[in-house]
Amino acid sequence: MAGKKRITIKGVKDGLVFLLDDRCSFEDLLTELHVKLDKHEKQFTGPIVHVFLKLGSRRLDEADKERLRQAFRKQGNLLIQSIDSDSPQEPEASADAALTTWAGIVRSGQTMEYQGNLLLLGDVNPGGTLRCTGDIYVMGALRGMAHAGSEGNARAIIAASLMRPTQLRIADVISRPPDEWASAEPWMEYAFLSEGKMTIDKLSALGRSRKEVMQFKGV
Amino acid sequence: MGEAIVVTSGKGGVGKTTTSANIGTALALLGKKVCMVDTDIGLRNLDVVMGLENRIIYDLIDVAEGRCRVNQALVKDKRFDELYMLPAAQTKDKNDISPEQVRKIIEQLKPDHDYVVIDCPAGIEQGFRNAIAGADRAIVITTPENAAVRDADRVIGLLEKSQIASPKLIINRIRPNLLKSGDMLEIDDICQVLAIDLLGIVPDDEQVIKAANSGEPTVLNPSSPAAIAYRNIARRLLGESVPLQQLGQKTGVFGKVKKFLGMG
Repeated sequence: MAGKKRITIKGVKDGLVFLLDDRCSFEDLLTELHVKLDKHEKQFTGPIVHVFLKLGSRRLDEADKERLRQAFRKQGNLLIQSIDSDSPQEPEASADAALTTWAGIVRSGQTMEYQGNLLLLGDVNPGGTLRCTGDIYVMGALRGMAHAGSEGNARAIIAASLMRPTQLRIADVISRPPDEWASAEPWMEYAFLSEGKMTIDKLSALGRSRKEVMQFKGV
Repeated sequence: MGEAIVVTSGKGGVGKTTTSANIGTALALLGKKVCMVDTDIGLRNLDVVMGLENRIIYDLIDVAEGRCRVNQALVKDKRFDELYMLPAAQTKDKNDISPEQVRKIIEQLKPDHDYVVIDCPAGIEQGFRNAIAGADRAIVITTPENAAVRDADRVIGLLEKSQIASPKLIINRIRPNLLKSGDMLEIDDICQVLAIDLLGIVPDDEQVIKAANSGEPTVLNPSSPAAIAYRNIARRLLGESVPLQQLGQKTGVFGKVKKFLGMG
């Protein structure tokens, strides 16, 4: 251990907060957690203590979260209340999240290009092209071609009020409905890459896969 | 000072010339002084549809190159006193005239006429630029086919970049029976995609073909459904609010009785 603490434990009114470093590897983190829990075994006996895990900007899937829970299970009196990641408010994330708004219709034969994330108030008609280095949000009908993450950002998404594109592209993945997927849904949808494959979901699911686009947290 | 209206479509064969001829004639029927200008140089048709081919002496290129005055080149219609046509040249091509020259000719025609109806050639090249150069308003023609709607969309995009404010849409050659069976693009869908005001819908009508071949604009024949549509369009151009025709509902006496009894 390079002397740098990966885990900070803080006492709060309701229990203990474990601040887990988000820059090291998860394996290192887990090892140190075990060491720490073993070392302080005595302190961790007695009445039930609620534990809040703060992961910083690290994101964990359910399996890894379960491994964290497992580590704490050895200490009978530590009860995990929550495992949280920060919603990213870091400067680089908010710069990315800056959204430019355009109003108008991208008609056949027209190409709109933009560096960044774009909100289009209007339609993209068949034969029209909308190309962005970031995300694309169309408040209207997407009937033409949309290319998000055009410089290789595979995490970019394309959302539209009415998803009827002739072609969708994210980074270098090209997908054409209805061969690969078809949408006849009346609700807003968005396209994203899931393991390199174009996937469509309802817009309300966006918060689950892309936490950083959510700018607000409910109370 | 009159108004110059260009009739355009992008795609060929959707009925620009027929529409120009019929709108021009319909406006004349409503008592307006109208001049129709054919800008389809090299492929002039408007004179044929109007039945005025044999009266042509000078053409658009002659005016542009100063071989005659505008008024000398105008062909007066045989049916109306206040309907004129400025024919295109058949021997030249679209690059033999510039948008600036067309603009000047249109500017000369506007003071003497209530409406100048400009028939635009197909395509989006020089001929299109010539045709829209002098226009104040534009009418975009499409048919209920995907290809025509695509091209109309392209043309609307180009018109929006030009000096012409908000183009209006005419959907031509609607077949009510196909519309009813759902085998044709819906009028609402077309309007949603193109997102411009609908000026009128014109049903597909055999009379139009007959009329064009005999050099009599359809609009003069009140028994043709297309004629009614063109007359309505002309009235809307003058600012009247005329409801859209209900297509495909031939209500005879029996139908009317059924409707009256609440069975229709």
